[in-house]
Amino acid sequence: MSNSVLELEDVSISLGGKQLLEIDCRVGPGEILTVMGPSGSGKSSLLAYIAGFLAPVFESSGSVLVNGDDICSLAAERRRIGLLFQDPLLFPHLSVAGNLRFAMQGNAQQKSHTISEGLNDIGLAGIDDRDPGTLSGGQASRVALLRLLLSAPNAVLLDEPFSKLDTQLREEIRTLVFDKLRASGLPTILVTHDQADAERAGGEVRTLR
Amino acid sequence: MLRWASHSLILLLAAPILLGTLIASLPAFGYFPPLGSSEFSLAAWRDLFEVPGLTRSVLISVISGVLTPLISLTLVFLYLASATGSKLDLWIRRLISPLLSFPHAAAAFGLAFLIAPSGLLSRIISPGLTGWERPPDLLIVNDTWGLSLLFGLIVKEVPFLLLMSLAALPQLQPRHRIEVARTLGYRPTIAWLKVIAPCLYPLVRLPVIAVIVFASATVDVALILGPTLPPTLSVRILSWFNDPDLNLRFLAAAGSLLQLGASLLAVVIWLALEKFFGLLWRLWLATGNRNTGETLAFAIGRSAMPFVLMVIAGSLLALLTNAFAGPWRYPSALPSSWTVQHWANSLSDLSAPLFNTVLISVSSTLLALLLVVATLESERQSGKSRSTALWLLYLPLLIPQLVFLFGIIVLTEFAGWQANLSLVIFGHLLFVLPYVFLSLSEAYRQLDPRWAQVASTLGVSQLKSFWQIRIPLLLAPCLTAVAIGMAISISLFLPTQLLGAGRITTITSEAVALTSGANRNLISVWAVVQLSLPILGFMIALFIPKLVWRNRSGMIETR
Repeated sequence: MSNSVLELEDVSISLGGKQLLEIDCRVGPGEILTVMGPSGSGKSSLLAYIAGFLAPVFESSGSVLVNGDDICSLAAERRRIGLLFQDPLLFPHLSVAGNLRFAMQGNAQQKSHTISEGLNDIGLAGIDDRDPGTLSGGQASRVALLRLLLSAPNAVLLDEPFSKLDTQLREEIRTLVFDKLRASGLPTILVTHDQADAERAGGEVRTLR
Repeated sequence: MLRWASHSLILLLAAPILLGTLIASLPAFGYFPPLGSSEFSLAAWRDLFEVPGLTRSVLISVISGVLTPLISLTLVFLYLASATGSKLDLWIRRLISPLLSFPHAAAAFGLAFLIAPSGLLSRIISPGLTGWERPPDLLIVNDTWGLSLLFGLIVKEVPFLLLMSLAALPQLQPRHRIEVARTLGYRPTIAWLKVIAPCLYPLVRLPVIAVIVFASATVDVALILGPTLPPTLSVRILSWFNDPDLNLRFLAAAGSLLQLGASLLAVVIWLALEKFFGLLWRLWLATGNRNTGETLAFAIGRSAMPFVLMVIAGSLLALLTNAFAGPWRYPSALPSSWTVQHWANSLSDLSAPLFNTVLISVSSTLLALLLVVATLESERQSGKSRSTALWLLYLPLLIPQLVFLFGIIVLTEFAGWQANLSLVIFGHLLFVLPYVFLSLSEAYRQLDPRWAQVASTLGVSQLKSFWQIRIPLLLAPCLTAVAIGMAISISLFLPTQLLGAGRITTITSEAVALTSGANRNLISVWAVVQLSLPILGFMIALFIPKLVWRNRSGMIETR
């Protein structure tokens, strides 16, 4: 159970002198802040900025605080910000367990135990040694979520993670992701252009112009 | 350390080549203390211009330098215009890499044994078609005007230019453009030539110039197929250089500067041709002509590539037949019996050069891979766009090998170094690097950046994600780059010959050395060994990923 708080203080991102977005917010433990906006409004740039991937051509100001500490000067891999992309992006050359193990720290035996438990928990018991290329879309999304949770992040970003799933699966995965993130007490920022995502997230909604 | 990689890569390539080219000119003007001459003079130039038949040697070098790319590029463009998307095209695309790995020397020997008066072709058509009972008294191979040299060069350069064009084509979205032109009433082949060719040419210009330089200054192909009375300029320079009379070194130095001039002249003529064809194309485009020439262009384009393939297949057949031929009377199409005797005879001579070949190609290629991956990784991590200085990578292909290798030797003689294996490996590295870079850079740059981002958001260090994610995902392209690098190294003649001072022998240097004197069977054995090595490399490069990823279906798509 994490009890982290994610704060964006006067964050502003511009490209070539033109401001793309401006945001100031606080996301508490287990809360989901939804950021909506048309394409080109800088939603993805905001996530890239928080995660630490913003391309050098962008100018940015403001700070990102996790539990009060500014993480802006840290490299992406030291920020402990988890990110779910549109695609599950399971590493194709590793097994399911290999993907999960890649995200974890600690001794090997403990890892294997945690992995089996985690897979069981998301309804995929026993697929440890499977080739990720043979998983269905829904299974792969679940494994990607588990991988993110096992990396023990302090905060989570969701970059339209349900947009490529068909309607029925979307409902199922959305419920699973939101439930797990709330249960873990992780502060989450969801970027989407789907009104239904925002409603299900149930938290504050910001709209970018 | 990574930031340092791209700079060192460029320095490592550019410095010896530019410096070598400059230094090569010192002995040409009489300054060469290792031979006891420290005064500048023009004696070497006076000697050079008194060499009989020099004009003709230079002329043949320049003519090969201009005609090889002209004919090869015409065939490649007509082929692409007429065959893109056809079944023939799919088939050829699959064959292109193995074709390219056919070493120049082996291809030249094969061609010689195919088209010589007593070669395979003449035997097949005799006496039925020709009535020849004895080999005709014709000078086909080593003809005075270098026609068989030109033929050999074209057969080798067509696959190279085709591969370069195929690599550049996708960014032009050819299918879409052709469809637009066809809806405007243009016939397909004409449409390709009018809307694709003018945009494709600038993208393959650098490889074309590399072909000009290679064709005007090649040594190994000219030794095997080129004229002998007099030989091409490059061959004469090498013989002066290897002459026991050390005073001929000054002549060789002046000659290598003349070679640089001859290659440059060929490039200048090419640039003039570019202007001419540019004008011609603009006029042709302005006519709005939609049909005329379609049939002819289609016919030439469709038959060009099968013809080149047949010549290569015939050359291969000629080599294999000769390598296993027992007694073989003219004009029988096949030997009267087969034997492995030639192999048994060569076995003991093969082992040392084979060892050297493998050692040199493996070390130079692995060094090249290390430098290239470090450069690409530093480019990726810095997030900057590609460095413009990277065009310097092509330098070894744009300056005649003979010239700067000669300079490097002069440099080592000034420094008092002995020829040794590491010098040869370094020489190979200069030629292997550009190809490894060419082969790996696109795959590396196009790897989805999100893989690295996912790893970062999981809290994994750059180093761990490099070794555990990027390298495995790029295993197949890395292995292909290694196979290409090794194929290049295996086919190199001049760097081994010059930097090893003739003391370090490889399969290629020994095979070329057999040109004078040895019999066809023996040469064929060496040529077959020479051409099997790269094929073996490509087979391993294709097999390893299939084995490693046999249970990873996703690894087929990400490649």
